[in-house]
Amino acid sequence: MINRTELLRKLYFRLPAIGIFIGGLIIWEGLVRAFDIKGFILPAPTAITATFATETADLLAAGAGTFSTALAGLLLGGFLAVLTALAAARWRFVRDGALPFAVAANSTPIIVLAPIANSWFGLRSPFGSIFVVAVLVFFPVMINLVRGLLSVEASGIELMESYAAGRLTTLWKLQLPNATPYLFSALKVAAALSLIGAIVKEFFGGSQERLGQYITTKAGLLQFEEAWAAIVLASLFGIALYNIVVLIERRVIPWHVSVRNA
Amino acid sequence: MSALSLRGVGKVFNPGSDQEVRAVHGVDLAVERGEFISVIGPSGCGKSTLLRLIGDLTPPSAGTVSVNGKTPSRARLDRDYGMVFQSATLLEWRRVQANVELPLEIMGMDAAERSRQAAAMLELVQLDRFANHYPWQLSGGMQQRVAIARALAFNPSILLMDEPFGALDEMTRERMQSELLRIRAETGTTVVFVTHSIPEAVFLSTRVVIMSPRPGTITEVVDIDLPEPRSDATRQDQRFFDLLTGVREGLRAVEDP
Repeated sequence: MINRTELLRKLYFRLPAIGIFIGGLIIWEGLVRAFDIKGFILPAPTAITATFATETADLLAAGAGTFSTALAGLLLGGFLAVLTALAAARWRFVRDGALPFAVAANSTPIIVLAPIANSWFGLRSPFGSIFVVAVLVFFPVMINLVRGLLSVEASGIELMESYAAGRLTTLWKLQLPNATPYLFSALKVAAALSLIGAIVKEFFGGSQERLGQYITTKAGLLQFEEAWAAIVLASLFGIALYNIVVLIERRVIPWHVSVRNA
Repeated sequence: MSALSLRGVGKVFNPGSDQEVRAVHGVDLAVERGEFISVIGPSGCGKSTLLRLIGDLTPPSAGTVSVNGKTPSRARLDRDYGMVFQSATLLEWRRVQANVELPLEIMGMDAAERSRQAAAMLELVQLDRFANHYPWQLSGGMQQRVAIARALAFNPSILLMDEPFGALDEMTRERMQSELLRIRAETGTTVVFVTHSIPEAVFLSTRVVIMSPRPGTITEVVDIDLPEPRSDATRQDQRFFDLLTGVREGLRAVEDP
């Protein structure tokens, strides 16, 4: 039901961003040509784009492998985080026992597990990557969701008590819906984390058909246009994954302030 | 059997610590079915605590509360209470209709009956046209009417209201008061109403209970013998003014003894 004027209006508000994007590319191209910057420092945008055309199959295969690993890890880590958070919200002893460690773990650079994961799962196993991503995603999602589940107003809890609602009913009908905005803001962060986790893990070996391996290999062979094409692709996948979460968010919580006027 | 009876009811928070607060002390009160009781007193006099003691949201430290001849917790489990707080406490992810259906859902009513009942309640508070709105799309007064519809949806025998109109402007407030009287005339629900507005207490109630602070205790109960049904004309009645004065003097005596 979007009419033409509405579409033009939206385009109008995007114009500054589009302008900066195109302007940035032109300046980049111009600088590379004017100062004859070497490809191993920074290839020109046209060179990177041209590489996309010649290396399409390899790039897409590597991208698909990395993207599916990141997605699998995001789903696994997110799912476990939701279960743990619900248990922590429901049972005080789970909360008191687990939360301090979760908060501590969340402050550590979990990505350092990446090289170790190979010795746990084997160099060629996809589970090493999925494991790293899942662990990386788990803590921020879990902690944010617990925060959301517990940050209901006292009057809301009392309202449920006045209906003689059980603890599980209160969790399901009051606390969980109240926490969904927290869950989605954590998932948006986790979406970016999942690609970082997958690619950094791939730097340390594994299948050649992955962006991390592709980038290190091509850089080692001094084929920087290819490496840069993979970097651009990784960024596009990151943006895509983020936007998938945003789209789901709009469907799930149309009532929330952050979504209402979007 | 009275709808509500309190005998020697007291509440001490943090007993024995240096933060001990004697919120309510030695309260005796009997409320008959269909009565409209307002509890009025200065801030911090324990009137909200008294309401929470009745509603089983906090246990008494002394005395007994009996609701329809039952303990408060039995009464709560039997869903005898409808509660309305100062903030409407609507669930923002539910549309108006679904908010009113919430208690019915929890009580296991089937979907068709639930929807019929909620629609009838929304008609009662004259918000049937807003059934599909989200709470944030409504004004404060409308939100509070939804909260009242929700509290009445399951036909509770006692309605407990804690300064429900406290956040509304004067004109909306008076309109809501007339609404509430009309709704009560239709449902016959017993109401315990906490407020700090003298005209509100006098206009609505069959009796006004005046409380003193620290420890909160009942100092006076004023019978409100205004003619029924009450309307905007009641607010101009000489008897209304006399009763206002009576309650005001009762409160003065409490504030500077």
